[in-house]
Amino acid sequence: MADSYSSPNEYIGHHLAFNELKIGDSPFWTLNLDSVVVSIILGVLTMGFIWWFARKATSDVPTKTQAFVELIFTFIDNQVKATFHGDRHSFVAPAAMTVFLWVFMMNAMDFLPIDIMATILGWFGIHEWRNVPTADVNTTFALALGVWFLMIFFGIKVKGLGGWVHELFCAPFGSNPFVWPANFIFNLIEYVSKPLSHSLRLFGNMYAGEVIFLLIAMLAGFSGVVGTAGSVLLGAGWAIFHILIVTLQAYVFMMLTVVYLSMAHEGH
Amino acid sequence: MNIHFTLIAQALTFAILIWFTVKFVWPPLLNAIENRQKEIADGLAAAREGKASLELAEKKTTEVLDGAKEKSSEIVSQAEKRASEIIEEAKQNAKTDADRIIANAKSEIDQEVNKAKEELRSQVASLAIEGAQKILEKEIDAKAHSAMLTKLSKEL
Repeated sequence: MADSYSSPNEYIGHHLAFNELKIGDSPFWTLNLDSVVVSIILGVLTMGFIWWFARKATSDVPTKTQAFVELIFTFIDNQVKATFHGDRHSFVAPAAMTVFLWVFMMNAMDFLPIDIMATILGWFGIHEWRNVPTADVNTTFALALGVWFLMIFFGIKVKGLGGWVHELFCAPFGSNPFVWPANFIFNLIEYVSKPLSHSLRLFGNMYAGEVIFLLIAMLAGFSGVVGTAGSVLLGAGWAIFHILIVTLQAYVFMMLTVVYLSMAHEGH
Repeated sequence: MNIHFTLIAQALTFAILIWFTVKFVWPPLLNAIENRQKEIADGLAAAREGKASLELAEKKTTEVLDGAKEKSSEIVSQAEKRASEIIEEAKQNAKTDADRIIANAKSEIDQEVNKAKEELRSQVASLAIEGAQKILEKEIDAKAHSAMLTKLSKEL
């Protein structure tokens, strides 16, 4: 594919362009169709698959697929149990499952050959398409902000509005009025930094992964036979290493979600 | 790298997915797994119970067996005792029977002897009378001397 581009810059630039849909006049009213469509398809497929087997789940001898689903269930349940002390089954554990599976699947889109979607969709006249929704900062911010709102929601729900505001001013340094400003600034920074680090960690990893895949693919396109051989080797190596990153980032994202939510449940 | 409406769309998707999982995915899985855990726990408890009752039954069996053995040896010894008693009794009976038979025989023999003696006596007496008659046919009158002869035969 890379042969049809005149320069590496154009190749990379093209592959990092979103399929944008303008739905309003201001720059805000833009929709990254690729991110939204891919993430919705993956969400429906993944959770639909789990739901299909959860629906038919028996307490008897499970089928192999049910055993697989239960393996995921137990893994997530154990992780949540270790961090969150409360009724995890009513919200936190299923939310963690959604986050883990969905983020994992979105990350895993990195494994698709870098040009395959662009090529296939190119036949239908769609020229800009990015496969990995988590390499779109909008997606990761959406997830992190979702968790952020849940954090505030549970903070207020568990401690009451008064208790939550009290904690805003009286933790972590104490309830002396002299340290109220310090406490408040501290909490403010915490509330700002949590979603930022939460979302940018995932975004940075996936974006960097994608760019490196692009660079490796470019090596094949612009530097002949030796470059192609090298790109195959490097691409395989990076893809194998990426299996770890994809899983690890999904896991980290889930764990942070659980940690933030359990912090919101527990008072200082 | 711009933040725009995509964020809101993704957040909505996220919210719907979480809601779906909380509502439809997690509960049946939890239910199935917890039920299975309970079933396994119940099964293990039942197995333990079965083992215990088996042990109890074995204990009871040995007890019953021991009792039966004791009883049977008792019965055997009783039977032996009874048998020896019966034998003793039989011996006793036989002895008395024999004694009685012997006594009977003795008395019969005595009777026979007496009877024979009587016969002999009367025969000897009649022989003697006959002899005497033959010798003293003319001189002795049977009628006149019969008293003396009867006395004589009685003395024999």
